[in-house]
Amino acid sequence: MRKRGLALGVGVAVALYVTAPQNLDPEFLLDPTTGSLLAGDATRGALAFAAAGCGSCHGAEDTQALAGGNAFVSDFGTFYAPNISSDADHGIGGWTVYEIANAMLAGVSPNGAHYYPAFPYTTYSKMTPQDAVDIIAHLRALPADATPSRDHDVGFPFNIRRSLGGWKFLFASDDWIVTEVPSPEHERGRYLVEALGHCAECHTPRNLLGGLKTDQWLRGAPNPSGDGTIPSIHPDDLGWSAQDIAIYLDSGFTPDFDTVGGEMVNVVENTSKLPDSDRAAIAAYLVVLD
Amino acid sequence: MKTLSLIASGAAVLFSTMAFADSHADVDPAVTARQAHMQLYAHNLGILGGMAQGKIDYNPEMAQTAADNFLALANISQATYWPEGTAEGTKAKPEIWDNMDDFMSKADDLAFEAEAMADAAGTDLASLQGAMQGLGGTCSACHREYRIRDN
Repeated sequence: MRKRGLALGVGVAVALYVTAPQNLDPEFLLDPTTGSLLAGDATRGALAFAAAGCGSCHGAEDTQALAGGNAFVSDFGTFYAPNISSDADHGIGGWTVYEIANAMLAGVSPNGAHYYPAFPYTTYSKMTPQDAVDIIAHLRALPADATPSRDHDVGFPFNIRRSLGGWKFLFASDDWIVTEVPSPEHERGRYLVEALGHCAECHTPRNLLGGLKTDQWLRGAPNPSGDGTIPSIHPDDLGWSAQDIAIYLDSGFTPDFDTVGGEMVNVVENTSKLPDSDRAAIAAYLVVLD
Repeated sequence: MKTLSLIASGAAVLFSTMAFADSHADVDPAVTARQAHMQLYAHNLGILGGMAQGKIDYNPEMAQTAADNFLALANISQATYWPEGTAEGTKAKPEIWDNMDDFMSKADDLAFEAEAMADAAGTDLASLQGAMQGLGGTCSACHREYRIRDN
């Protein structure tokens, strides 16, 4: 009897430990030489912001502000992008740099709750500290909007946010998928695809619990909204040259002069803002995927 | 006798259902027409885009011809291309029929940009490249809202 009680106690302790929000290491954002907070640059941040695709989800119609409101249908419910404009009450204008970085890279809110992984913090966790503070500087420079964030429409048991700790424990990882990067260009491509660009969030299929099937990396997936299929961008299926990919990410034209459609239009709007070298890097990464 | 006629009428119903199912499998000619129209866009765009991207040498006459073709295509009325009930089995989203005015205004946008391309294509490569962006933008503006994602 006492043994069983002990086992239960250990089980609860493990569950609480596993599901407890793990915050971003505060040292992460510090300049290693001076020990003070890294300075963010809004101009550089605009590019990292485009590469990370923040505006594609958090943007709203008829405003430059990141007022949120876009709906994301999934097997677990409908998520609504929150207001991340610089409004002090309804946006993130009142948050510290660390609080914003903790949200983006660790998926933890200022009051210590887990975010749903519809927010791709699982890939942003690989973001460099400099890109994080640059993006935050850019966010701060964007206008405020007082539209309140809408609550997600998620049923039991997925509405228990604490359980997301278990999800993170199972599926979130700081490891790269592609472990060998033979050139700096390839390494940059990996960073843009696996960290900032979070391409796999749509282009990789998911298991029953919503974790990515990493053994089918970028090989296409059903569209959670039910609208068609998200295509494979693995070279076995796509068959485009590196130049084809780079041109597509710039102009939106496919090699046979069809054009980009659906949600990918937003993505190409973002990638068209990046330097040529970044589009070439993404292409270099994609064409040699195993 | 009664049984026989019952069987006969049953068979008639069965055959007519089969015939209906068969005709149902046929593609509406309007679908074939609009898809062919899209391919004609792509063909002419391939010449313009190939030059814009440096895959084909710039040739002002060839560019002008492609741009003129594209403009002629863009000015063809699409009014009869989209009968109700022709979304199924195609990449056309049902939203088209809920927003027909917006959908058609996007076709007008395309004609506007095609005009700009026809003015630019024969001038020089830089003008062609400049017009390409606007033209591509109107294509994807419509594909974003009204086309089902690729398989």
